[in-house]
Amino acid sequence: MSVRVGEAASALPFPEAAKKLVANSQLRRNVRHATDIIRTKRGRVVGEKEDWEELRNAGKAIKDHTLAHLDRYLLQFEEACTKAGGKVHWARDADEANRIIVDLVKQYNSDEVIKVKTMTSDETRLNVALEAAGITPFETDLADLIVQLGEDKPSHIVVPALHRNRMEIREIFMKKMGLDTLGYQPEDLTAAARKYLRERFLRVKVGISGANYLIAETGSVVVVESEGNGRMCLTLPEVLISIVGVEKVIPRFEDLEVFLQLLPRSATGERMNPYNSIWTGVTPGDGPQAFHIVLLDNGRTEVLADPESRETLDCIRCGACLNACPVYRQTGGHAYGSVYGGPIGAILTPQLQSMEHSQTLPYASSLCGACYEVCPVKINIPEILIHLRTKVVESGHAPLAERLAMKGAAFAMSKASRLSLAHAFARLGQWPFNDDGKLDNLPGLLAGWTETRDLDAIPSESFREWWSER
Amino acid sequence: MVITLYITCYNDALFPETGKAVVEVLERLGHTVEFRAAQTCCGQMHYNTGYRQDSYDLLRQFLNVFADAEVIVCPSSSCVAMMRDHYPKMAEQLNDPQLKAQVEAVLPRVFEFSELLVDKLGVKDVGAFYPHTVTLHASCHALRSLHIGTKPADLLKQVRGLTLLELPDADQCCGFGGTFAVKNPDVSAAMLSDKLQCVLGTKAEACTGADNSCLMHIGGALSRQRTGVRTIHLAEILASTEKSQ
Repeated sequence: MSVRVGEAASALPFPEAAKKLVANSQLRRNVRHATDIIRTKRGRVVGEKEDWEELRNAGKAIKDHTLAHLDRYLLQFEEACTKAGGKVHWARDADEANRIIVDLVKQYNSDEVIKVKTMTSDETRLNVALEAAGITPFETDLADLIVQLGEDKPSHIVVPALHRNRMEIREIFMKKMGLDTLGYQPEDLTAAARKYLRERFLRVKVGISGANYLIAETGSVVVVESEGNGRMCLTLPEVLISIVGVEKVIPRFEDLEVFLQLLPRSATGERMNPYNSIWTGVTPGDGPQAFHIVLLDNGRTEVLADPESRETLDCIRCGACLNACPVYRQTGGHAYGSVYGGPIGAILTPQLQSMEHSQTLPYASSLCGACYEVCPVKINIPEILIHLRTKVVESGHAPLAERLAMKGAAFAMSKASRLSLAHAFARLGQWPFNDDGKLDNLPGLLAGWTETRDLDAIPSESFREWWSER
Repeated sequence: MVITLYITCYNDALFPETGKAVVEVLERLGHTVEFRAAQTCCGQMHYNTGYRQDSYDLLRQFLNVFADAEVIVCPSSSCVAMMRDHYPKMAEQLNDPQLKAQVEAVLPRVFEFSELLVDKLGVKDVGAFYPHTVTLHASCHALRSLHIGTKPADLLKQVRGLTLLELPDADQCCGFGGTFAVKNPDVSAAMLSDKLQCVLGTKAEACTGADNSCLMHIGGALSRQRTGVRTIHLAEILASTEKSQ
C-alpha cells in the first residue's frame, strides 16, 4: 500500500513551516482579506436559515449512517452506476488510482486532459503521474489554474489560490499566457483565463473530475461549483473520468436536499451553487459517451476503523473550518504541508497516513473550538485533535523535554504536598531569570514564549499558603 | 451557603490574588468559603496535550477531593470546560461505571465564577467599585464550551465607576491554547498580536476576563511591549470596593 496525501510525508513540521509563513506580510494580508470576506458572507446566509441546526443534525446523521453501512452503499452505487453505463474502478491507494486513470487516458488515445477542481487528485498527485506518462493536465477551475500556472500549491480546499492577490495573479497570467499587457481588475483576469481555457474545453477529449457526492440509490455523481468550468468539463469531452473518495457516497437522491443547503452556505456564503451538475452513467447522444469512476480508499478505511475519530470522514469539504480558524488565518494552507489544510487537514492528513507522518499537525490548533462551531456536519475537530495528540504521545513520538516536563508536572500534581514543594522549587528556579517581577528570557521549552511575551514571576506566596495562614 | 473553592493549579501558584478575590466577593455576599488543601489540578494540560494516562490520575484526584462538595466554584473557564467536556468521556474511556456515576453527580455542582454569581446565586451587583475603563476578553472555552454569554459583562456593568469598552473581534482566540503557545510560539505570537491591536484599540486601561490563562498570555505581550495596559481577572474587579481602591 502506498497511501499518499500530496507531499505531506516529506513536509516540514508545522511550527517550522508556519514560522516562515507568518513572516510573509503580503500572504497574511491576502489570507486575512479573503477569509474575512467568506466568513462574513457565510455568517449572513447561515444566519437567515432558521433551521440551520436541524440541517446540521440531519447532515451529520446522514453521514454517520452512511459510514456505518459504507460497504453496502458503495456496492449499491457500483451496481446502479454500472447499470446506467458507467464503469466503476476500485483503488486501494494513490498509486493504484493514478495508474487506472493514466491507463484509461492512454486507452482513449489522448495526451491531454481537462480537469475540474478535485482535491482528491491533488491528494494522489495525479498531475505528476499524468505528466510522467506524457499526458498534459489542464486545470480549468480559475483558482486551480492560477496554482498550476504559478507552479504553486493549493492553500485552501475550496479556494486554492486564496493566498494570492490579483496583482500576483496578473503577473502569473502575463508570464504563462504570454501576454504583453493585462489589467488587474477581476474582470480582466477572468477574461484572460476564459480565453485561455475556452480553446482547451473545445479541443481536449478527456475530462477529469472529482465529486461532491455519489448517490447510492441512483448511481449518480454530483459536482457543485461556481464558475461553469466544471459544467464544460463534465459535458463537452468524449470521455469523463471521476476520482472520488469512498466517503463521498450518500444513500438517497433526496439526501441532497440537506447537503445542497449546507454546502454552499458554509463554503462560499452562497444560498445555492451557481452550477449543480448531476449525471448518471452515460446518456446516449448527450455528454460524454464513456464514463469511468475511480473509488479511492487511500487510508480512508483505516480512519473508519477508529471509533474516536471516524467522524472525520463526515467532512463535506466546505472549508468553513479553515476560514474560521485563527491559526489558518495567520499561516494560510501551505503550513499544513498537505492538500488538506486548516483544522480538517490537521485531523485528516495524519490519519490517512496512519499517523506515520504529519505528527505536528494535531498540535497546530489552540483548541479554540471555532472550527467545531461552524462545521456543517458537526465534526468535533477539537476532540479529534486531542485524540490524535494522545496517539502521538502514546506511540512515543512526543519530544523528550516535553515528556519529562509532563511527567514532572503529573508527579507534582498527584499530591498537594508535592505541589507545595514544586511551588518552592519553581520560586527558587526562576531566580536567575527574574527581572523585577517579570521573566523575560526563559530557556528550553519556554524560550518561544518569552521571545515575544513576558511571564509574571511566581509570587512569593501561593493561594494555599495564604489560606493556611488566614 | 457553603461554597467550596477549586482554585486550580495555576491560579494557586501564579495568581493567588484571584483566589483571594473570589473569597472576598463570596464572603461579602454572606457565604462561607471552604478550601480543601488536598486539591491540585484538573488535568487539562495533560489531557489536551495527549498525556491521557496522567490526566486520568488527576480526574480521580479531583473526585477524591470534591465528590461530596455541594457547590464548587472555579475561577477558570477552561478548567470548568475541561471537566464538563472531558470528564464524562474519560470515565467512559476508563470503562469505570462507578467513576462515571461520580462524575455525573459532581458536574452539575461545578460552577465557573460568573456562572455561580449569576445563575446559582442570582446576583449581578456584588457591591464593587472600580473606577476604570475596562475591556473584556471572552475566552474561547467560556464562549464556546460554557456558553457563558453575557454573564461576565452583566456583572461588570453593575460595577460602580467602571466603563466597559467593547472589544472588537471578541470571539477570536488570543493564541494561548495551553501548550499550543509553547509548541507553536510563532503562530501563537501572531494571533496574540491581533488580539493586542484590538485591546489597545479600545484605549481601555485594563483587559479583564474569566480565565487567567488567556490573561497571562495577553498580559505577557502588554507587558513586553510596555503598553501600560494591565490585565486583571474578573473576580479581582468584583472584589474591589471604595475601601480597597
